[in-house]
Amino acid sequence: MRVIVPLQAVVQGRGGLVLGSLIPCALFYFLQFYLRRNRPSSPPPPHSSASGSNLPELASIHRSLSRSLLSPRGSYGPARLSSRGTAVARDDDNPYYVGLKRCADDPYNRSTNPQGFLLLGLAENRLSLDIIQDWLVKNWKESVLLDDEEGELSIQGLATYQPYDGSMDLKTAVAEFMGQVMQGSVSFNPSHVVLTAGATPAVETLSFCLADPGDAFLVPSPYYPGWDRDIKWRAGVELIPVPCRSTDNFSISIAALELAYNQVKKRGMKVRAVLVSNPSNPVGSLIDRETLCGLLDFVMEKNIHLISDEIFAGSTYGSDKFVSVAEVLDAESFDKSRVHIIYGLSKDLSVPGFRVGVIYSYNENVLAAASKLARFSSISAPTQRLLISMLSDRKFIAKYLTVNRARLHDMHALFVDGLKQLGIKCASSSGGFYCWADMSMFIRPYSEKGELKLWDNLLNVAKVNVTPGSSCHCIEPGWFRCCFTTLTEKDVPTVLERIQKITKSN
Amino acid sequence: MGVHDEEILSRVATGDGHGENSSYFDGWKAYDNDPFHPIHNPNGVIQMGLAENQLCLDLMQEWIRKNPQASICTKEGASEFKAIANFQDYHGLPDFRKAIGRFMEKARGGRARFDPERIVMSGGATGAQETIAFCLANPGDAFLIPTPYYPAFDRDFGWRTGVQLIPVRCHSHDNFKITEAELAAAYRKARDSKIRVKGILITNPSNPLGTTMDRETLRTLASFANEERIHLVCDEIFSGTVFDGPEYVSVAEILQEDPSICDGDLIHIVYSLSKDLGVPGFRVGIIYSYNDAVVSCARRMSSFGLVSTQTQRLLASMLGDDDFTTDFLAETRRRLMHRHRAFTAGLEGVGIRCLQSNAGLFCWMSLKPLLKDATAEAEVELWRVIVDEVKLNISPGSSFHCAEPGWFRACFANMDEDTMETALRRIRTFVRRADGAAAPRPKTKKRWDATLRLSLPRRLEELTVLTPRLMSPRSPLVQAAT
Repeated sequence: MRVIVPLQAVVQGRGGLVLGSLIPCALFYFLQFYLRRNRPSSPPPPHSSASGSNLPELASIHRSLSRSLLSPRGSYGPARLSSRGTAVARDDDNPYYVGLKRCADDPYNRSTNPQGFLLLGLAENRLSLDIIQDWLVKNWKESVLLDDEEGELSIQGLATYQPYDGSMDLKTAVAEFMGQVMQGSVSFNPSHVVLTAGATPAVETLSFCLADPGDAFLVPSPYYPGWDRDIKWRAGVELIPVPCRSTDNFSISIAALELAYNQVKKRGMKVRAVLVSNPSNPVGSLIDRETLCGLLDFVMEKNIHLISDEIFAGSTYGSDKFVSVAEVLDAESFDKSRVHIIYGLSKDLSVPGFRVGVIYSYNENVLAAASKLARFSSISAPTQRLLISMLSDRKFIAKYLTVNRARLHDMHALFVDGLKQLGIKCASSSGGFYCWADMSMFIRPYSEKGELKLWDNLLNVAKVNVTPGSSCHCIEPGWFRCCFTTLTEKDVPTVLERIQKITKSN
Repeated sequence: MGVHDEEILSRVATGDGHGENSSYFDGWKAYDNDPFHPIHNPNGVIQMGLAENQLCLDLMQEWIRKNPQASICTKEGASEFKAIANFQDYHGLPDFRKAIGRFMEKARGGRARFDPERIVMSGGATGAQETIAFCLANPGDAFLIPTPYYPAFDRDFGWRTGVQLIPVRCHSHDNFKITEAELAAAYRKARDSKIRVKGILITNPSNPLGTTMDRETLRTLASFANEERIHLVCDEIFSGTVFDGPEYVSVAEILQEDPSICDGDLIHIVYSLSKDLGVPGFRVGIIYSYNDAVVSCARRMSSFGLVSTQTQRLLASMLGDDDFTTDFLAETRRRLMHRHRAFTAGLEGVGIRCLQSNAGLFCWMSLKPLLKDATAEAEVELWRVIVDEVKLNISPGSSFHCAEPGWFRACFANMDEDTMETALRRIRTFVRRADGAAAPRPKTKKRWDATLRLSLPRRLEELTVLTPRLMSPRSPLVQAAT
């Protein structure tokens, strides 16, 4: 009653404004305070660190209070992990990981396990590994661990400590490879290379260099689900999706970036960089030169960084020509010190097991910091030796890149055509190992819930693992990323048949 | 660009959490500028600051030569390439984990069992320490650590994680043993300062002491951790280098023989092949935890530092060869003991006392008689003379946070016997000169002042320039071969 009367006064505009707003506000805050004090001592949910910068502090103070209450000296409380650790250990429900696990437990094999799970959720290229294996069989002498004859190459050179950010020989070989991959349009300087054990630590290390915990990157979405792990988990940088639309094939809009930037600023967060993938993961489209210039203008204006993940640069197969941000920088007079490229050999060279990632930066201070941070994730020396000799065979690499592109092109065409027969259209893509398929007509309701229902049916009924758009933070429900590079031609009809089983029933 | 960059780079990038301002690294700079070579540069600086095990590389080389199928870079092994290159599961190759578990058991004389399902990979022990810190502690939390301790722990454990290390002082009159009194006092002090202590970090066998922890001390630590509900992280990276009695006791053994002493959820082991096998370049770090949630968390984080599958496969084969590992461990111990005895005897000959040790790749020697006075400044002064004039890069105790001045760590396993003899000769000459000299020696040269002064702003300036390679340890024998 006492609450209502002042409110009525507010509504009627008579003097009770202060009371009418103060009392409910005060009651609200007291209620929150009461609830927080008496909340059971569980760690904050994973997403709490996203918005309120206050929450983690409150939760941590609360935890120490509860600790003395619930677990006095000598009694048996649970051994607590850090809040980071708990969030990571609990990241179980993400479809991206659930699907991968199911496939790992029961993988499809045309001859030995035809009823197994079809892995269309992992961007891995098995189409051209045979070419590399052939090279290895013929050239093993050059890449051998030891060399008996001269006694020059010995385990001493391999086993002992190496520069943490990779040997100069490997940096040179990788820089040259990158140049070949970009088809000669730009050359890369080995002194601007920091090598890491995979692109995963490369992205994390770069995030540690460019942003403090609680800062943000703007990321055009849909984006690669792994970034949520690579950038948020330990570097504590928030990712702000900037939605792209199917109406313009999910291309990046500078206006949308501008809007997002201002919104984030209003929330009191600092935007430190724009993060893009080119070719795009999961869409597979290429960023055109004009947009790249737009991005460079944007980051210059806002005094922030641009991170371009170009890990699929060598896996293009369409008619559009790939343009690296490095090429644009060479041609125009943009400030290079704010541009950083992420690369790696997992995709273009099909060797994800070897763990080779690259941070390519024009900023001396970033390079200095990243090279020190690389100590936590250095490339194993025997692998460095193998790759130096493989990458130095430029003729072989040129042949490999050409054949690989052709095979990607053919498989892509076959798969996209097949999906078209099922009534599933794909976004226009020129690179990557996947197609971005529109299955929105098969989901009910037209929402994330409906999308996940379809994903679940595809996984558990049809035993086909694809990546749902919601994992990629796609704003439009019903899009799925389907990788085709773990398949052979003969597998495609099987895949389509299984997908059709589900889509027919919808 | 300088000011501009301060605004748009992170605190991690622009601060000095990388720890390269420490004197620990000054000696390396001196070595890098003037490295010893028996033929090309016999008057250069001998690297005795790098704890690297090069005594048994020939055994590994021989095994690899005899087992070409273990490497994919051979005619025999190349057919495995496709499967290996493609495998990126962060659980790692099952054979690799089995082989690592088996090797860890062997190094402990079979007195402890290791479950391969609990073995998690990381980017070297460096990455393992960091990952464990991320799993167990929040920014601002602390771990207690007995002194003296490995200098890079500050960086590995705390740089990106924001976790601080609180020293628990150990003293020479106790042979640097950890006492419960000191531990409890440090713990209380931290709590009184409102610092949340999340655990204890120990290295057993110890770096820089080279001693193994006795059963009683380990049990005390485990009980303390259990009582206070804090974690116990044991870095057992030197477990395979125990060359003499007393017999090595691992925390795994303690837990196995008496599970009630401590909740297993609080016990974690960090391991690596860098010291025992002498392969730091392979980047094999291992986290072994008895806590399921930590295993799960660390395994997910291992994506940031997985071991190359090529290396996993090679090691799965090598460490799965029982005969080889038995022989290897025995031979390593024999050679280390021999080297240790030769070096400490040589030092004793000129009256330099070493802490009695039975493990590790170094000895902890007392140069107190040579100090001008018992202060940290005098120690640093003496150290500069040793690096600059005697041309030996040994590590001063202050860089290990040692509470008493005058102690130095000298590594002896990263060189051949002749180089060790040369080092001993130089020490003998220096000590005899010091004994004979009545007047204080002339002050250090300008050259030293110009390049190695510890002035912070200057160093920060230097470090913002591209020097990525200077600070990573470089093996002296690699230099000698080229």
